[in-house]
Amino acid sequence: MDRKYIGKRVVRNEDPRLLTGQAQFVDDVQFPGMLHAAFLRSEYAHARVLKVDVSKAREYPGVVAVFTAEDMGRDWFPGPPLVSPPPTVKDVIFHSRRQVPLVKDKVRHAGEAVAVVIAESRYIAEDAAEQIEVEYEPLEVVLDLEKALAADSPRVHDDLESNLAAQLFQKKGDYEAARKEAEVVIKRRIVIERGAAAAMENRGIVAQWDAKGRHLTVWDTTQAPIPIRNGLAARLGLSESQVRVIAPFIGGGFGPKIMMFYPEEMLIPWVAMKLNRPVKWIEDRRENFYATTQERGQVHDVEIALDRDGRILGIKDDFIHDTGAYDPYGLTIPINTQCHVMGGYDIKNFSSEFRVAFTNRIIATPVRGAGRPQGIFVIERMLDLAARELGMDAAEIRRRNLIQPHAFPYQHEIVDQAFAPLVLDSGNYPAVLDKALEMIGYEKFVKEEQPRLRKEGKYVGIAVAPFIETTGIGPYEGARVTVETSGRVNVATGIGTQGQGHFTSFAQVVAEQIGIKVSDVRVTTGDTSEFHWGTGTFASRGAVVAGNAVHAASSIVRGKILKLASKVLGAPEAELELEDGQVRIADIPQKSVSLGELAALANPLRGAVEPGTEPGLESTAYFGPQYGATAFGTHAMIVETDPETMMVKIRRYVVAEDCGTVLNPLILEGQIHGGVSMGLGNSYYEKLHYDENGQLLNASFADYLLVSSTEMPRIEVGHLETPSPLNELGTKGVGEAGAIPVPALFAQAVQNALHDRDFEILEMPLSPNGLFELLNKETE
Amino acid sequence: MKPAPFEYYAPATMDEALALLAEHGYEAKALAGGQSLIPMMNFRLVQPSVLVDLNNIGGLAHITPGADGSLRIGALTRHNQVETSAVAEQYAPLIHFAMQKIAYPAVRTRGTFGGSLAHADPSAELPALCTALNGRFRLVSGRGERWVSADEFFISLFTTALEPDELLAEAEIPAMPPRSGWSLMETARRPHDFALMGVAAVVALDEQGRCADARIVFLSAGEKPMSAQKAAEALRGQSPSAEAIRAAAESAAANEIDPADDIHGTAKFRRHLANVLCRRALEQAFQRAAGKK
Amino acid sequence: MQTFQRSVTVNGERFERTVEPRLLLSDFLRHELGLTGTHVGCEHGICGACSVLFDGQPARSCLMFAAQAHEHEIVTVEGLGTIENLHPVQQAFREAHGLQCGFCTPGILTTVTAFLERNPNPDENEIREAISGNLCRCTGYQHIVDAVKLAAKKLQAQE
Repeated sequence: MDRKYIGKRVVRNEDPRLLTGQAQFVDDVQFPGMLHAAFLRSEYAHARVLKVDVSKAREYPGVVAVFTAEDMGRDWFPGPPLVSPPPTVKDVIFHSRRQVPLVKDKVRHAGEAVAVVIAESRYIAEDAAEQIEVEYEPLEVVLDLEKALAADSPRVHDDLESNLAAQLFQKKGDYEAARKEAEVVIKRRIVIERGAAAAMENRGIVAQWDAKGRHLTVWDTTQAPIPIRNGLAARLGLSESQVRVIAPFIGGGFGPKIMMFYPEEMLIPWVAMKLNRPVKWIEDRRENFYATTQERGQVHDVEIALDRDGRILGIKDDFIHDTGAYDPYGLTIPINTQCHVMGGYDIKNFSSEFRVAFTNRIIATPVRGAGRPQGIFVIERMLDLAARELGMDAAEIRRRNLIQPHAFPYQHEIVDQAFAPLVLDSGNYPAVLDKALEMIGYEKFVKEEQPRLRKEGKYVGIAVAPFIETTGIGPYEGARVTVETSGRVNVATGIGTQGQGHFTSFAQVVAEQIGIKVSDVRVTTGDTSEFHWGTGTFASRGAVVAGNAVHAASSIVRGKILKLASKVLGAPEAELELEDGQVRIADIPQKSVSLGELAALANPLRGAVEPGTEPGLESTAYFGPQYGATAFGTHAMIVETDPETMMVKIRRYVVAEDCGTVLNPLILEGQIHGGVSMGLGNSYYEKLHYDENGQLLNASFADYLLVSSTEMPRIEVGHLETPSPLNELGTKGVGEAGAIPVPALFAQAVQNALHDRDFEILEMPLSPNGLFELLNKETE
Repeated sequence: MKPAPFEYYAPATMDEALALLAEHGYEAKALAGGQSLIPMMNFRLVQPSVLVDLNNIGGLAHITPGADGSLRIGALTRHNQVETSAVAEQYAPLIHFAMQKIAYPAVRTRGTFGGSLAHADPSAELPALCTALNGRFRLVSGRGERWVSADEFFISLFTTALEPDELLAEAEIPAMPPRSGWSLMETARRPHDFALMGVAAVVALDEQGRCADARIVFLSAGEKPMSAQKAAEALRGQSPSAEAIRAAAESAAANEIDPADDIHGTAKFRRHLANVLCRRALEQAFQRAAGKK
Repeated sequence: MQTFQRSVTVNGERFERTVEPRLLLSDFLRHELGLTGTHVGCEHGICGACSVLFDGQPARSCLMFAAQAHEHEIVTVEGLGTIENLHPVQQAFREAHGLQCGFCTPGILTTVTAFLERNPNPDENEIREAISGNLCRCTGYQHIVDAVKLAAKKLQAQE
């Protein structure tokens, strides 16, 4: 389709403010008389709280109030569940245990909040928090996932019979029968550790209670302001219209800023009402490590069955997922993992049971990738082992198993994170694989360069990893599009924005319909006073779900514009064109009327609105997909390793991506680059180290290693476009795609570089020390 | 993450600063660049009750060559001043080279030479390099001044020969003899992190091309810069063959360091790295000494 | 409690304020002067979001006390250009999509501005080295590197 605005490398509307320090972030909100909060957090990962003495803190000069769970009285109750409870899938187990505003009986992870100090400054609040004395009775900690599920394990939640939070079995075909037919069966244990999302902006909340107007305004670093508003209203006994939640500019989300109802989110607005003063809490970096959700921890026992030609006959993958101290986010992560183990491969027989364990770690909720990187790591590692056993080329074994273009929509016959059937809607997977191979020069590297470099003493390796990303799930999002009398267009949608460029990509969608400059479209996201229906930004769904709602509303407004212009210009609608903020008669361009004039005419100062019509050039529309659109991509990389120092240098990195219709390639490439950098962190740098007491040993950026500019390779991105048939724009999500295959790819590349050494990478993330230990096992 | 309260003094002269330190003793901390101290204060891991800010004292930032080829570097000299100094490059090329490995550009504009030495982090470059180069430091107090060699200055983790009323005023790096060569090899998770292991080698050849002198000092290898004196001694008088170098590296890594386990690497891995890096450093240093590079 | 009268020039404007010793320069700029463009990401000197120009050199404002800024000159992101009149470095970041959430951006802009004055024609490795102390979680740095290259061109064309 010939498009004028969609698909173009348009510079962003939001940038001038961000580039000049004029964009408002939560910590930039200031009020006279504002108070500041600091939390006292538990040093223990698992302990009974015997006594909390806040008397010294209350007396500290500059302190206004100190609250404990007890002080909250009847206002103390756990947060709401965040996603729907699992449906009645056969034999599903799910025990919902949700986080609490302040610890009452016992602490379940290090960093859990025990008390909050409210003072004239953050400095004073921190001083006073040091004055609080807590008597703890330390309990045995639950950390190891297998031991957590053993009958004799200490329990995180005393009222449950065990630490089993959830259990779900899903299958397709008959794995056991397939296994009997197999010529190669490989079984392994794969261990995946936790990482942090580590957005550059920590979390934060400012709450202002207007006692006379009976109105609460909350600035919150959330990805999902509408559920937070609704939940706060319910908690605080207010009408939803008495609460406004604003998610202004947000310094990166990556999952944990979802509608969590963090303890601080429940508390700060409550305190602001209680004290009738504006209150601010800004999380610091240490708190971000101790109090913001994390992800990835899983242990898999996986078995793959293949025939002699490398065709997968079936996979069986049983795994344990670490949900941490509570499980407000339900089954999303482990179901995503389950769905991605089959990936983009035509697998007829699949059997997978996961168990979710409560542990004394911070709550796990989705972090960019959300269970998918684990699933891809598992299948890709097993394919590498199979290829080695069969003496087959890594790219070839993948090509032989990919779903073919004629097979869409392809039924995986299990349910996805939204409990909808996992159906892969469209794509041309082999073409994407071939594109990646061609971009990196796979054949030439393997046949010529690698042997030559090896002779020069260089240990170089290549890898290729295809992956799917289920994206754009429901339930729905909405948007309101209004042509204003200035001739500019105002758009409001309920999702939040954390850097994805919605202010521009949504403006492009509007411009495409209405024929107006992208810079003349003002987009508002994340303010419940502007739009209050919808859920939020997660699951790579912004461009798909909200994008299509914007498209739907724009199309209706286009219809209204044409109808009115036809009357004004005295020409049939079919002869009109919308361009440059004008409606013109196609053959007589001097006969035109501006959008501003039309907007004024649509909202007359005299005369009645005819029955069945509405004033203005405005429409609100919604989009809810039948099921999620699935994107596909393939990454390839060339690494050079130093087998003496265990240093790994990435020499080339290519991405071939098919995420359907591309709204803005500039923004899309940025999303992929960022995803890959996080994926690289999950591969070799980023690991949360807990000691045997459940203490986090690297709660700082000095020791938790984000990828910096010097480790990051240049990424070459190639696009293919298979529009999704599930929505009018044809979009599929891409927000998480970059991160998903990287650890699998990295492991494959390092193995390939050291292919004559006998070792297997079955852990994620790897580290120089981990690689050293693997390589030295053989000599022991 | 806000620092606990403290009293702050920013004296304009060295005498005033020394008087304040003498008055407050262990309660006081001297503030130079603050790039290590202030993070620890923000984490409240360190809560000094008095800060004596040295930044307003004149004359403490200088890079001064001596007639004998030595180099004096004032305590308040910022890392980026050394990094961009042609004099430093000429007189102390190893120090000059190492600057780019210290943290990041925006930290090097504040961090100081003397601050890094007085902080005595065994993972930092400057303590190890000054030790490898036979450097010495001028310590001053209200009681007078004294020179202390780097070997004697670093005592253990974050602990030096400095008395609470003393300040490190400057460092002196002696000239390297003719036919000298140097190398600094590090392995770090990311290039600008503290090294998992690092080693500085400084060697000199005699006229026959045999090793006349060698100094091997490791960083991130123990509680202070770890000097491998026996391995260095064993090289003396020998031709720097691949075999001699390998033997020296193996023995230094096996016997003369004391690395610990931490989250980034086990002692075993660090010892392995020490061996590899020491070999590479000696190879490079001897090549440089022979004028090959 | 000790307090100090302090006089600091920020973005060419002189400010007189009374500060307590422990007030971090980052908090002083943000909350005393209302210059909230300087962002705080870690308060231990690693992330670089709070970098400002201190007497023309990039420095972490979270690792200095406001009391130390007496009679010194500071430039924050607000001092580079305006929405209507972006600085060439800011323009380049917009054109090359060198920012996403924009949180780390102010510290990168100040760092890069000083870097390009010293090194007007850097290669890719030098650029990566120059911004190695500025963490960004969104961009994977590639478009930032591209933006710095473009900024160098723009600044050279200006001269």
